[in-house]
Amino acid sequence: MHPAFSVIFFTTSSGAGYGLLALVAVASALGFVPASGWFAVVSLGPATALIVAGLLASTLHLGHPERAWRAFSQVRSSWLSREGVAAVLTFLPMAVFGIAWAFCGRSDGVFALVGLFAALCATVTVFTTAMIYRSLKPIHQWHNRWTVPNYLALSFATGGLLLDALVQIWGRPQAVVGIAALVFVAMAAYLKHRYWNFIDTTKSASTPESATGLGARGKVRFLDAPHTEENYLQKEMGFAIARKHAVKLRAIARHSAFHLPFLLTAASLLLTGMPAALAAVAAAVFGIAGTLVERWLFFAEAKHAVTLYYGASEV
Amino acid sequence: MPMDGSTGGTIDTSPKVSDEVKCTTCYMCACRCGIRVHLRDGRIRYIEGNKDHPVNRGVLCAKGSAGIMNHYSPARLSKPLLRIGERGAGDFKEIEWDEALGLAAKWLGDIRADDPKKLAFFTGRDQSQSLTGWWANQFGTPNFAAHGGFCSVNMAAAGLYTIGGSFWEFGEPDWEHAKYFMLFGVAEDHDSNPIKAGLAKLKANGAKYVSVNPVKTGYQAVADEWLGIAPGTDGLFVMALIHELLKADKIDLEFLVRYTNAPWLVLKADGLFARDAAGNPLCWDTKTGAAASALSADVSPKLVGEVTLPDGRKATPVFEHMALRYMAPEYAAEAVAERCGIPVATIKRIAAELAHAAFEQQVVIDQPWTDWAGRRHEKMVGRPVSMHAMRGISAHSNGFHTCRAIHLLQMLLGAIDTPGAWRYKAPFPRPCPPGPKPTGKPAQVNPGKPMGGMPLGFTLGPEDLLLDEAGGPMRIDKAYSWEAPIAAHGLMHMVIANAWKGDPYPIDTLFMYMANMAWNSSMNSAETARMLTDKRDDGSYRIPHIIYSDAFYSETVAYSDLILPDTTYLERWDCISLLDRPICSAEGPGDAIRQPVVAPDRDVRPFQDVLIDLAARLKLPGFTNADGSAKFPGGYADYIVNHERKPGVGPLAGFRGTDGAKSGVGEPNPKQLERYIENGAFWRHHFEPDQLYFKHANRGYLEAAVKLGLIDKAEQIVLQIYSEPMQKFRNAARGIGPIQAPAEHRARLEAHFDPLPIWYPTFEGTQVDTGEFPLHAVTQRPMPMYHSWGSQNAWLRQIMSHNRLYMNVRTAAKLGLADDDWAWITSHHGRVKAQIRTMEGVNPNTVWTWNAIGKRAGAWNLDADAPEATKGFLLNHLISELLPDRNGYRYSNSDPVTGQAAWYDLRVRVEKADQAEQGETSPRLPAIGHPPNMTKPPSILRYGAQWKKP
Amino acid sequence: MTSLTAPLPGSKKLGLVIDLDTCVGCHACAVNCKEWNTGGHSAPLPDFDPYGANVSGVWFNRIHTFEAGEGDSSRTVHFPKSCLHCETPACVTVCPTGASFKRAEDGIVLVNPDTCIGCKLCSWACPYGAREFDADEGVMKKCTLCIDRIYNENLAENERVPACVSTCPASARHFGDLGDPSSDVSRLVAERGGFALMPEMEYAPVNRYLPPRAAKTAVGCTGAKAELDRPADAAVLHPLLRWMDKVLSR
Ligand SMILES: Nc1nc2c(c(=O)[nH]1)N[C@H]1C(S)=C(S)[C@@H](COP(=O)(O)OP(=O)(O)OC[C@H]3O[C@@H](n4cnc5c(=O)[nH]c(N)nc54)[C@H](O)[C@@H]3O)O[C@H]1N2
Ligand SMILES: Nc1nc2c(c(=O)[nH]1)N[C@H]1C(S)=C(S)[C@@H](COP(=O)(O)OP(=O)(O)OC[C@H]3O[C@@H](n4cnc5c(=O)[nH]c(N)nc54)[C@H](O)[C@@H]3O)O[C@H]1N2
Ligand code: SF4
Ligand code: SF4
Ligand code: SF4
Ligand code: SF4
Ligand code: SF4
Ligand SMILES: [Mo]
Repeated sequence: MHPAFSVIFFTTSSGAGYGLLALVAVASALGFVPASGWFAVVSLGPATALIVAGLLASTLHLGHPERAWRAFSQVRSSWLSREGVAAVLTFLPMAVFGIAWAFCGRSDGVFALVGLFAALCATVTVFTTAMIYRSLKPIHQWHNRWTVPNYLALSFATGGLLLDALVQIWGRPQAVVGIAALVFVAMAAYLKHRYWNFIDTTKSASTPESATGLGARGKVRFLDAPHTEENYLQKEMGFAIARKHAVKLRAIARHSAFHLPFLLTAASLLLTGMPAALAAVAAAVFGIAGTLVERWLFFAEAKHAVTLYYGASEV
Repeated sequence: MPMDGSTGGTIDTSPKVSDEVKCTTCYMCACRCGIRVHLRDGRIRYIEGNKDHPVNRGVLCAKGSAGIMNHYSPARLSKPLLRIGERGAGDFKEIEWDEALGLAAKWLGDIRADDPKKLAFFTGRDQSQSLTGWWANQFGTPNFAAHGGFCSVNMAAAGLYTIGGSFWEFGEPDWEHAKYFMLFGVAEDHDSNPIKAGLAKLKANGAKYVSVNPVKTGYQAVADEWLGIAPGTDGLFVMALIHELLKADKIDLEFLVRYTNAPWLVLKADGLFARDAAGNPLCWDTKTGAAASALSADVSPKLVGEVTLPDGRKATPVFEHMALRYMAPEYAAEAVAERCGIPVATIKRIAAELAHAAFEQQVVIDQPWTDWAGRRHEKMVGRPVSMHAMRGISAHSNGFHTCRAIHLLQMLLGAIDTPGAWRYKAPFPRPCPPGPKPTGKPAQVNPGKPMGGMPLGFTLGPEDLLLDEAGGPMRIDKAYSWEAPIAAHGLMHMVIANAWKGDPYPIDTLFMYMANMAWNSSMNSAETARMLTDKRDDGSYRIPHIIYSDAFYSETVAYSDLILPDTTYLERWDCISLLDRPICSAEGPGDAIRQPVVAPDRDVRPFQDVLIDLAARLKLPGFTNADGSAKFPGGYADYIVNHERKPGVGPLAGFRGTDGAKSGVGEPNPKQLERYIENGAFWRHHFEPDQLYFKHANRGYLEAAVKLGLIDKAEQIVLQIYSEPMQKFRNAARGIGPIQAPAEHRARLEAHFDPLPIWYPTFEGTQVDTGEFPLHAVTQRPMPMYHSWGSQNAWLRQIMSHNRLYMNVRTAAKLGLADDDWAWITSHHGRVKAQIRTMEGVNPNTVWTWNAIGKRAGAWNLDADAPEATKGFLLNHLISELLPDRNGYRYSNSDPVTGQAAWYDLRVRVEKADQAEQGETSPRLPAIGHPPNMTKPPSILRYGAQWKKP
Repeated sequence: MTSLTAPLPGSKKLGLVIDLDTCVGCHACAVNCKEWNTGGHSAPLPDFDPYGANVSGVWFNRIHTFEAGEGDSSRTVHFPKSCLHCETPACVTVCPTGASFKRAEDGIVLVNPDTCIGCKLCSWACPYGAREFDADEGVMKKCTLCIDRIYNENLAENERVPACVSTCPASARHFGDLGDPSSDVSRLVAERGGFALMPEMEYAPVNRYLPPRAAKTAVGCTGAKAELDRPADAAVLHPLLRWMDKVLSR
């Protein structure tokens, strides 16, 4: 699949934002983060910014962004619709929770419950995002049981790293936040590992033979595309990444999204003060950068069944 | 208001299609399908097939449907152009028509007054050859031809000299009744829609369809059996089939005796037919034990055994010559299999299947008919074996004989114009060997005078050759000389090279119409461009003047001095005439017109109008009244209606006579064009059921054909297994007869003018080192493209903007080549670079590509970096117009009998290009510039947006 | 509506049946489709860089070529492909706007260009590559099964078939109601073993493809023997003798 920047940015940014939102709300309810209204601003502010930036970016690739509102209408069947609705719905508890906390200094009681509800909404939103991909049968690398856990884990990992960085900068870190980040990063790393292992060892049931129905006559070999120059489908769906290149990028993604954040977060747990904050910030930056690479690969390594009609021998 | 999807409530399912529909004839290629053009708000909304039309019956090919994009192409020329820069630079200024016509008339007038031969008038995909040929005749130059010589004259000549008709689009399989069909070397042909429909019908009927072709794409893909023959060996394969049939005595003797010259006696002394005093060929009648006219109905002729004629001369029937030749072991399946690349068992099985279909599955139509001798036959009994062949046979230097061999196979099976067999399309069959003769002997070419006959025709012996006083060629292309005695369509591929060399003489003006001779219809394209720009010491061009009429900015436009821009096919009158290449079928003759469907929006004129205008300015007799005024002031439309070639015979055969009631022959009808328009732009006549088969010997048919003016006399047309004209030329090489061939040409004539079909390896294959050039290289017509002119079409070029070199997977592996690699293709003449595509379905020793996709950068108003120029390539760069030197002389790369261009004899080797050389083709000639005011191509084309619902 | 509604009682399953045995790959159907549709319901079908290096365009029908099997017995197969008007197509259900819908009365899958936001998701959801993005208008377009022809009262009755069907020179395309087992197309499918593409996707395509017929290369495939019998006397007699006494009249 063509790795379109708008979509990569969207899923990474909003994923991190929703992750951050969810974790802030949970951590706040559990009292793991400062109760100060200002902390609401510095944590929910970036979360909102990441979410909004992501959502805006997602409209960039629309042919008709001004009609985007129509996308809320098909919740009965469309995960994209559901995602849109979930995304917007999340703003409600998030707003109540944020305003109460930031401006009224209230993050307890019913507001904590509202926060937890916002966390749930955020998680659901990330889930729906993941389901957009998970539900696409023609793309084996997406249509599998690892896609959703990956999205959720990465959302929490990047959200966790961000939260850890924030509490570190805030200066009164609680180890549990860092530890949670470590757990999420480790989980994400594990799930990504399983995901890659899955796409490396399995392939779609669709083949040139099933695509053409000609298998009875033997192996089906592509001879000519309908047109000699590339069409929309080939540009959108036919993106292919060289194996060597993918291996290199996976290593970069692994180091940047998992190994470095893990080490830096661990380090920040051991350190204090400025060095700890710096390590945590670096961990978040690497984590998000690595996730961008991971997301790029998520698209680039995805093979659409339609390519079977354009020369792919498997997908 | 969202539309309600579940009911389609707001979807307009009955939108208006158009304001008006006009019928005309497609010209996205030369196949002549009938079209209905829908017009909306003055623009073309939709073009569809005309369901009533005999050629396409409502269907259209890809090109036909893309007519809109040709019509509105930004590559259209828009005004007469005069070259101001160097030839080939594309530097022009626009001039007015008056100046353009004045200039042309001046150049042409000077030539005509001095030596009309100095005009070489060559037209390409021309569908008005009866006009252009007649114009050349009136002008007085023998130097006229259309594309036939580089196209398929082998097929035309072999057919006309053998069966009085031919493949190409002049005959058709009996799709309805055939049970066995063999297709030799056809990718598309001029019957493209009928062939597709026919193949589908065969398959639906359960007939077996065998394709003989080194490449398995298109028509071959759907064959029931594919024989991936080695190029140039079809003749051998067919002779092996003949061998098998003869050995098993599975031949239709009755057919041979009745309808062919099998019983005719061949004189031992000179190989000519024994004839009686009246000139009738003789046979030996077993009933009387004496020689008798072979044309008489009541003889029982002997088929084998030498006889002694009353005057003591010895003679043997044709049949014996034929049987002895092909029963020889050299034609056994075992002897040819390896060379042809077809297993022995397959050859034998195909022979058995042919015999089985012909003799055990005969088709009987309950239809009485009367033969030429007046004998009534209760039924029409046919041999349901059909064959069709085209350029895969034709474009080889042994194509004439190969085609004759196929016709012989058909005759042996009794499968010519019988139910289920190959059938003649009107106006064929014609007398065999054919007439009339070519014009252009020295006495016929005189300053200021017409020649008195059409330039092209059929030579029946050395006496008909067009030779100058010294025995050299009269024509610039050397057609009808000892080098190409039966060059019935001329040798267009030699014109530029010969004119450049001044061999046999220099010319003054090269006048071309609808032929992209600076590019894809030349061999040796890059060099051809150099010849066109080459200068003498005094700085003048070696070919002093080039006038060209094209409708589009083709490569050749850039190389011309004076451009006469034509309209598109939707803007002019045309006629698809019985005098040229009409729309007939086996069911009856037909012809058609084109009418202006829209008015030109540019300062362009139909070329035929221009030609008629020039003729009037030059005062050519046929175009001028006695008082000197123009005879056809109304241009081509006027000519179509009023010109008479013979009394009562004009360009159109339908709706003749003052009231439009006559067909074929009749006085001009002033309302003829209106009648055609009312009738869907075509006319057709249906033969009666008793006239539909055995046309060569069917009295009902022959008489009807005379009435329609198709033939002159209702005489039986006897099919020629043994060709006497061939023998006459051979005799000239043997020093027999009044006109003898010059010594230097004798061996070649002796070898190739065999009166029976022969096979010899193609010339290039024997004259280059096949170790060095082990692979055959051929081209195929892509179905959605027509030669060069599809690339300007925004829709068609998307299907194919560049071409690849296709080769067998295993051959590629041996050469270390993989899909997408770039490779050098090298011939004895040059090299080009192309991208590789490997495939299963191709003969392992053959590589191939699509024809005419590669373009010169800058031409056709395409961006200079268009894939056509950066990745597309022409095989033509590798094909030399001359064969390698033999004894100090280089013959043209042609069939020695007909002069047919031998495109497919090409031998090459293929090697992977270096890493640094990957990615683009070579040679890439410099981009040519544009004439002024060429439309700027849009970056997005939104055709149809104007009709979008509001 | 994006949700698939149950077909209405008495509704049709309109679709195409494509005969891979006779398709010669001529692209006629593809170009005629382009020509009809560029001025029809989905007008226009734009072309990008139409005279330049990176030419591409919106087409509803495209012809691919494959080779099935290896060596001499391989079959070259020309393979036209347009929307298969699936019965349970995710291209419809993924659509967030309802622009993509399947008509209950005849099963035709369409896009409403007025509500499509151009998110391209439906094209990702279609395994067959039947959706075409019009980057100029920013909306998705696709084969309409010529909805503006098949019911068009301005056309003669026999012309009310899809453009691609009416133009195919090889009669390789058939149109009809595949929901009605007695329709011509259903019978054709039954007779010739018509199949659906990528059944594993479970989109239940309506269109069917007819497989290429088996090659006829075996001895006896036409009823003929492996080779011709030589006449018994062939070996003994001079080869010409058997024709010596043949008496045939002209
Ligand atoms: N390698 C290789 N070369 C070949 C062949 C091959 O098989 N292989 N085939 C050969 C054969 S058989 C042929 S027939 C030739 C064909 O070669 P050409 O006869 O050169 O045919 P086209 O390339 O179609 O060029 C015809 C010209 O007519 C112009 N034209 C189109 N429409 C009109 C019109 O309405 N009016 C006017 N005035 N001009 C118009 C086009 O713009 C184009 O410049 O190519 C030959 N060349
Ligand atoms: N779409 C389209 N239609 C056209 C044209 C076009 O340009 N485009 N051009 C028109 C013109 S001018 C012409 S002349 C006709 C020509 O129509 P075709 O005769 O169909 O011409 P080619 O495409 O040259 O096809 C030649 C075929 O012969 C095969 N072949 C080559 N060498 C041999 C051989 O030695 N033996 C056998 N058995 N096969 C061989 C090739 O693989 C190829 O399939 O088409 C006309 N129709
Ligand atoms: S074959 Fe195609 S291009 Fe040629 S005349 Fe017919 S419809 Fe037109
Ligand atoms: S028009 Fe018919 S034969 Fe041609 S590509 Fe389409 S389906 Fe195949
Ligand atoms: S073929 Fe593709 S676009 Fe058409 S209905 Fe099926 S899934 Fe949808
Ligand atoms: S591109 Fe249009 S039709 Fe397709 S899913 Fe998006 S909104 Fe629906
Ligand atoms: S049914 Fe109509 S829209 Fe669909 S492919 Fe055929 S011509 Fe095109
Ligand atoms: Mo030709």
